[in-house]
Amino acid sequence: MNSMLERLSREFRVTDIIERNARLTTFTVDRDVAETLIRELRDREGYTHLNFMTAIDYIERGVFTLVYMLHNYATKSTLGVHVNIDRDNAEMTSIHTLWAQAWTYQRELRELWGINFPGSPRIEEDFCLEGWEEIPPMRREFDTVEYCERTFVSRDGRETTDPREHMHEVIFPERGGDN
Amino acid sequence: MPQPPTHSSSLDMSQPEPVDLSSGKYVKLWQGPQHPGITGNMSLELTLCGDEIVECKTHVGYLHRGFEKFMERRTYIQNFTVVCRIAVPEPTFNEYLYSAAIEELAGIEIPERASWLRALNLEMMRLASFLMWTGGMSGAFGLYTVPNWTLTYRDYLLDLFEELTGARIYHMYIVPGGVRNVLPDGWKERTLEILKGTEKLLREVERVMMNNAVFKKRAKGLGIITPDMIDPYGIVGPNARACGVERDLRKDEPYLVYDQLDFEVITGSASDAYERAWVRQQEMYQCIDLIRQMLARCPESGPFQAEMPNVLHWKIPPGETYHKAECTRGEYGYYVVTDGSEYIRRVHVRGPSYTHGIAVMEKLAVGTNIADIAGLMVSLHTYPPEIER
Repeated sequence: MNSMLERLSREFRVTDIIERNARLTTFTVDRDVAETLIRELRDREGYTHLNFMTAIDYIERGVFTLVYMLHNYATKSTLGVHVNIDRDNAEMTSIHTLWAQAWTYQRELRELWGINFPGSPRIEEDFCLEGWEEIPPMRREFDTVEYCERTFVSRDGRETTDPREHMHEVIFPERGGDN
Repeated sequence: MPQPPTHSSSLDMSQPEPVDLSSGKYVKLWQGPQHPGITGNMSLELTLCGDEIVECKTHVGYLHRGFEKFMERRTYIQNFTVVCRIAVPEPTFNEYLYSAAIEELAGIEIPERASWLRALNLEMMRLASFLMWTGGMSGAFGLYTVPNWTLTYRDYLLDLFEELTGARIYHMYIVPGGVRNVLPDGWKERTLEILKGTEKLLREVERVMMNNAVFKKRAKGLGIITPDMIDPYGIVGPNARACGVERDLRKDEPYLVYDQLDFEVITGSASDAYERAWVRQQEMYQCIDLIRQMLARCPESGPFQAEMPNVLHWKIPPGETYHKAECTRGEYGYYVVTDGSEYIRRVHVRGPSYTHGIAVMEKLAVGTNIADIAGLMVSLHTYPPEIER
């Protein structure tokens, strides 16, 4: 593992290598070489299983971190490949030729985060949402409560309570919300 | 250990060419989202030439409840009541994986007794889910006696869950730090009794379903998964094991107490709908055996909850982790990212149906007879709620 990561650091400018636990290591790689690196991991290093693809919205830094989780069945090790992409120009190379299920993840990422993967099959099609015209809902600035209040009407006689306040005031009043 | 061939350039993963609907040779037919033959609300957009499917597109979203977004706005302890709702037939895996991920990031170690009780819970959940699946599978092929039997026994198992946890479906039993309570008096004996009945039932199912000439004729050769599809399509669980791939997270990367239990990975030889059913049938016997082993060895005293901080003000240090476990459909996983605040930064739920229900389904459906499409879908054991989360 270490020699592989050293080689990757040299060849692909891999940074932020962190051993999260005995089986999971994560690192960050530049967007322009990410697809080549992932292909290399699959074809040469035995990371043949794509566990999943997802994104994390770091709105405060203006980036989306794409996460490709790859698994090597022989060594039982998992690699989390992080790729930071600009929130305002959210576009990434498609990996649908590497794994057959990748285009599904990419469709989801486009719909829910607004990240585009040019060339990915059926990328324009709706995934979970139909006729969605708001900003992509998984973006941090999308306010679910505000959207619901604007879109739906509360039924009369129905009271809602903030669960956190309810815990403080009703369930654990003796703690007074303090440690 | 048999492994599938590595990625082969000869495997065609490209999307099929769209058919020319204006030619008059084809009919477009929607199956679902209410079709009883599929295990949940999902629809298939089928293009037929005669009664043969030439194109299949899957449509999900009917159960999208935005769990992952919802969880970003809830505290860690509030989320534990949410996660079980993500996959209805197997909520326990969500509870376990969420808790395990949070515990790792918070540096909490659970007591040994809690590990045994968690594994016992997971294995019982697997058995209940397999029984439900057996009902769906036999129903999809017109054998309507079997669902009545298997769902009855699933209900007996749910009775046991109710007694142990207070709930039949959403147990909320596995909590960060351990489990909520220990086995009630007499529960172990009642469980052993139900297991005895379930074992007898499985032998009946074997006679009525697995040895049924109609089921055999229709299920054999239906939706064949070849070993070279396994990695490129991300196929896991019984769907992969049925074609001889010996992969099971309980054995390969043991969690909880699975490394202390005696069991073998069950594999088949050619992953068609029949072989997948056969593997699941054998795995149900295995579940019963594992539950018996755990009931015999589970510690009867000792703590079952770790020392926990005040969960109303629980802040977890920045970090990320991925935990996975072998549910009835294969690898189920929770990817959790924390940023040091009271709220989860990101959670991603990886369900096996994501690939089995979409990419694999769309490939296998082509060339299938319309009458067998429900059976094919059930044979892949898909749960749409875990696709759209």
